[in-house]
Amino acid sequence: MLTLLWLIPALPLAGFLVLVSGGRNWSRPAVAAIGVGSVGLSALVAVAVGASFMLAPPQGEAYTQSLWTWMDVAGLNARIALRLDALALVMVLVVAVVSLLIHWYSAEFMIEEEGYGRFFAYMNLFVGSMLVLVLADNLLLLYLGWEGVGLCSYLLIGFWYKEPANGRAAQKAFIVTRVGDAAMAIGLFLLFNHLGTLQIQELLHRAGQQWPAGSGLAVAAAALLLGGAVGKSAQLPLQTWLPDAMAGPSPVSALIHAATMVTAGVYLIARMNVLFTLAPVVQSAVAVIGALTLLLAGFSALVQSDIKRVLAYSTISQIGYMFLALGVGAWSAAIFHFMIHAFFKALLFLAAGVVILRLHHEHDMFRMGGLRRRMPAVFWTFLIGCASLSAVPLVTAGFYSKDLILWQAWSSPAGGPWLFAAGLVGAFITSAYAFRMVFITFCGEPQPLVTQSSPLPRTGTSLAGPLVILAAASVVGGFVELPATLGHRPLFSDFLGSVLPSVRAARGSAATELALQVVSAAVCLAGIGLAYAMFLRQRAYAESLARSAWTRPLHRFWFGGWGFDWLYDRLFVRPIVWFARIDKNDFIDSLYQGVAWLSERCHRLLSRTQNGRLRWYAMGISAGAVIVIAIVVWL
Amino acid sequence: MVGVPAEHGLILAAILFALGLAGVLLRRNIVFILMALEIMLNAAGLAFVVAGARWAQPDGQIMFIFILTMAAAEVAVGLALVLQFYHRFKTLDADAASRMRG
Repeated sequence: MLTLLWLIPALPLAGFLVLVSGGRNWSRPAVAAIGVGSVGLSALVAVAVGASFMLAPPQGEAYTQSLWTWMDVAGLNARIALRLDALALVMVLVVAVVSLLIHWYSAEFMIEEEGYGRFFAYMNLFVGSMLVLVLADNLLLLYLGWEGVGLCSYLLIGFWYKEPANGRAAQKAFIVTRVGDAAMAIGLFLLFNHLGTLQIQELLHRAGQQWPAGSGLAVAAAALLLGGAVGKSAQLPLQTWLPDAMAGPSPVSALIHAATMVTAGVYLIARMNVLFTLAPVVQSAVAVIGALTLLLAGFSALVQSDIKRVLAYSTISQIGYMFLALGVGAWSAAIFHFMIHAFFKALLFLAAGVVILRLHHEHDMFRMGGLRRRMPAVFWTFLIGCASLSAVPLVTAGFYSKDLILWQAWSSPAGGPWLFAAGLVGAFITSAYAFRMVFITFCGEPQPLVTQSSPLPRTGTSLAGPLVILAAASVVGGFVELPATLGHRPLFSDFLGSVLPSVRAARGSAATELALQVVSAAVCLAGIGLAYAMFLRQRAYAESLARSAWTRPLHRFWFGGWGFDWLYDRLFVRPIVWFARIDKNDFIDSLYQGVAWLSERCHRLLSRTQNGRLRWYAMGISAGAVIVIAIVVWL
Repeated sequence: MVGVPAEHGLILAAILFALGLAGVLLRRNIVFILMALEIMLNAAGLAFVVAGARWAQPDGQIMFIFILTMAAAEVAVGLALVLQFYHRFKTLDADAASRMRG
């Protein structure tokens, strides 16, 4: 079964090729069959390969499939080779299955849109690139997938390209992630220059041998890779592209946030964990970036009015949790949270997509309200997603993954009370903004938009099916990893143990763990209580608070994402645009304009000879003959 | 038999060819251009005959017969074109037909 590994990324890529060559002319069912079918088959193969990997683990807990040599130049031997180990398997399964559900949902969601074939072509390429990224055996192939994912995010965020704002959002996403990608490319050059290989296992092995812990080169390489991860995963200071990426259709947001794009950075750091262990400074930077990002994005999510922007900031915040876990060395906790996050975030985006679609592309939560009775299926699944996001104790998967991160942020040698406190405050904000969203959107009095709109049609199977499956996963997904206080069944960490080293607890006992769990559970419930009090009971108070003199600047500050857009606009965008404007006619330009001028002159000159006079042509022929004969005779 | 030296024949051919070329380039009357072309053809034919006599081979004369045939055909087509030309432009000036259509 393992030999079928190459089919997993190949199927979506083949789907992309088929759709891009002929998707324009085919009927919608045919396009959907190819688009969803290719990802579906890929997920099926992934499940089969995963089953055989788990039942009969290959030698060394990893299986490498070398397809062909990409290039072999001057010591750089890059193969197109796939490597399946426990980490790659978890990523592949989550990516393939969640993508399948999103594709299934999109088949109905996008049915009335123009460019149906284009949409599925890009989506397939997106999934294919991500699968190449997680299965890559060397960093060059990983980088290929990395850039493919970036390209697809650009194409899909700007899918409705007739609105100029969407095109700008797409460009912003592309350019901001490019900043990180440039850092990552330099990191790859550095690694290859000093270690002589880009093959991941060999590279990590050599790094461990050649570089002592904390050496300058290790720090530089890890920092550069971190730059790439920060860009792709929308962490401080490159997080500004993600809220604007909401310009794309809802399934695209679900795909970017849950399965493909933003988790690439988390994967990269987890994959290169040896390198980051060698650079403790950078690793602490990862934790601090994660902690800061999760707080900043959480506060921003608290004041947004666009339902998809709340979800976008919540993604930034949750990826911040993953970075926090990576930074304290809790590698498998980060991957665990990635998996759970993929379930509930895909669920939340898809459910929000149904709401937006039914209300004729209305994004403002304050114009919804009271949707609970009108779309109960969406309400219940959305509620489950929000409960999982805010880590409601015991019953949701989010509790187990977030709790693991909080506990290890406290107990790991690299962690400490400060990081734990940041995570705890983040948990409070998370549950507050999650349930603020639920209460404003689904409870309370229906707004005019809701009551005036025509009777809402029932949500179709193709839309509801993925929601129900993802809701189930958001609840039971957590039971694969139970903490020590609740039966101690670390199946997930054990499975990843062959790739990711487990964390040693430096402080804290079982009693502390229990106490911290109770605290974080209480904090989560307090957040929900706050949301209930402010946005369901005393809505008027919340609104007057938002308008009062001393909170309004703060509200606006958080609403604008802590002014990062404003700052970057002043700091980078305007100077560059200004410089481009004054530098429009520089020397290099005049070189190219000179070429154009010269060829135009030659054209004028030669066109004179075409005057239509027969005798001139005869003259030309005889002069040419004389010249040729002269050359033949005398040279 | 003491014949004419080959050089003399070739010089005569060259002079004839140059005269014909000058006629083609300088005359504006299309009938004269046609006649000048005939002179050039005959100059070439003379060169072949002189060369054939120089090496005592029949090839030169065979080539001359070819040229003669070709010239006859060319004159037939050329005169037909001249008739059409005159019919259309009411003149025999070759430069009158200088308008080009793109």
